[in-house]
Amino acid sequence: MAKYIFKRILHAIFTLLIVITIVFALLRQMPIEGYFNNIDKLTDAQVHAGLTRLGLTRPLPIQIWNYLVQVFHGDLGVSNKFRDGYSIAKIIAGKAPISIKLGLISLVVSLIVGMSMGIMMARSTRTKWKLWDKFGTVFIVIIQAVPSAVYHLLIQLYGSSLLGVSMLFKEEQLMTWILPIFSLSIGNIAYYAMWLRRYMVDEANKDYIRLARAKGVPSGRISRQHVFRNAVVPLVQYLPNSILLTIVGSLYVESLYSIPGMGGLLVQVIKLQDNTMVLALVLIYSAISVLGLLLGDLAMGLADPRISFVKKEGAR
Amino acid sequence: MTLRGMKESQLEQSLETQLKKDLNPAEAYADLPEDELFTVADFDHAAAERGGYSNYSYWGATLRAFFKNKVAVFFLCVIAALLLFTFIQPLLPGQLDPKTIYDDPATGRQYINHPPDEQFWFGTNAIGQDLWARTWAGTRTSLGIGFVVACFEALFGTLMGTLWGYVRKLDALFTEIYNVFDNIPQTLILILVSYIMRPGVTTIIFALCLTGWLGMARFIRNQIVIIRDRDYNLASRTLGIGTGRIITKNLLPYLVSVIALRVSLAIPSAIGNEVFVTYIGIGLPTDIPSLGNLVQAGRVLMSQASLRYQLLFPTTVLAIITISMYIVGNSFADAADPKNHV
Repeated sequence: MAKYIFKRILHAIFTLLIVITIVFALLRQMPIEGYFNNIDKLTDAQVHAGLTRLGLTRPLPIQIWNYLVQVFHGDLGVSNKFRDGYSIAKIIAGKAPISIKLGLISLVVSLIVGMSMGIMMARSTRTKWKLWDKFGTVFIVIIQAVPSAVYHLLIQLYGSSLLGVSMLFKEEQLMTWILPIFSLSIGNIAYYAMWLRRYMVDEANKDYIRLARAKGVPSGRISRQHVFRNAVVPLVQYLPNSILLTIVGSLYVESLYSIPGMGGLLVQVIKLQDNTMVLALVLIYSAISVLGLLLGDLAMGLADPRISFVKKEGAR
Repeated sequence: MTLRGMKESQLEQSLETQLKKDLNPAEAYADLPEDELFTVADFDHAAAERGGYSNYSYWGATLRAFFKNKVAVFFLCVIAALLLFTFIQPLLPGQLDPKTIYDDPATGRQYINHPPDEQFWFGTNAIGQDLWARTWAGTRTSLGIGFVVACFEALFGTLMGTLWGYVRKLDALFTEIYNVFDNIPQTLILILVSYIMRPGVTTIIFALCLTGWLGMARFIRNQIVIIRDRDYNLASRTLGIGTGRIITKNLLPYLVSVIALRVSLAIPSAIGNEVFVTYIGIGLPTDIPSLGNLVQAGRVLMSQASLRYQLLFPTTVLAIITISMYIVGNSFADAADPKNHV
């Protein structure tokens, strides 16, 4: 197992290297203004000196190599437009906590609501009218089909007048936390409910469940101990990724409620052409998704002992 | 002996003879004459020629299954009506131009934020353009973008997915490429492309195409890996049938339903992405009406209750389109799955 994890980590690092290289090369195609705060006031000589100081006059492969070495030492570099001369790590440390707080709360909310909804829907497929299942399906279809940009807007518009709170987020006022958390959770609620329902219905149609039912095992025990436990395994895979993704926040929701978090940061620095920050943020995004995938696989192995990533003797 | 007893013994006897016949046919039928036991069958040429035959037609069964679903048919009608209307709307009499700024003849000033009435059915926007005409022009733009992106995704995604799944030598390489591109967030690619290239319809289509096909290719690849070594494909290969023919005749027809599903879902998601890119300010220029631009323009004004119609009209049209496409796509995919054909 340790060998498998080691191999996966090596592979992840390799993937990250390629991603950084591609994005670095792409960014170098853009105007060099992205490396200066005030290019209009600089003379050509000063621009050249600045580029040399940043090591950008050298050939592209060497630039990339130098950047990788720098990142490997744990240095994300220095912002040059967003906040001139500030260390990027410091900027992120100032912005990430609020995103993580909101993200984790909404993750807990969506897990609780989404899973209970999925269970209710799966149970009601056995009743005559399938009422919960129908309601749930309508909800899921609407959330899945309508672009999130639109329903977030409507939630903000009508939610704020319904609750009588301001449209913008203020950390001290707890009431203003409700709408962003609701917005952040609603997509995940639909997601968890949809998949849990599908996995539970699939599981409930299997022969061993039918046998248990025929033997007279109470249906509450069947759904708790057999159906739910097996159905939840594929969902466990996404959990680490969802937790890690709270760091980067939600671009759309955070900018709607003007939450000073990580979400809008990437768009902001891209508009400002702050190339070093774009690079650092892309690195964080991809590191999170690679790490989340790895942790997800491991979590799935923990949740279901039958899943093994090490090849067994004689296994096909 | 009572009547009931008689019945019982009768029943018992008949059961016994039946059992005997079943167990030992030769003995049971021994009392029958020879020519009643055997009849000579005539040789029938026509019957000999008749082969196995089934009148199952894939598309026939698919359509029948689809039209059985009343909800899906309803939404199909909605889509058809909307599409038709979107394209004939500019040809109808008395329609206003989406890009002209209208002046009030009484005051000589522009109709700014004019609420909906008989002249402007959806009202006018902040600079005096007719929102009704703009909504339908925007729908045309957005549907066009969605359609092109979906077609590209289907064609290119299927092509790459088939190569990836069927040609074993390419598998490791493709998996590596996929891992790299899948790890770059889609938002980031959209932003970078819209930023590097000049904003416009082509740029948006390019950016959405760039990211969309990956998921499709991955999906097709997984399906192909599952079915490529099934016995019927093995049989085709040993009979010496070429790879191209196996792919087009054996593998792809099996995947029609999932391809149809992905295409129908790609259109609403492309429209959604267009709205998103416009929101973060790198989408289409504001002089091209699109649903994204309209939603964005409405969002700016939404804090004033009297101007909310500017957000609500485009979002309603958008929601109707995406929801109907989503439902029709899902139902069609269910209907196209041969497992659901009787």
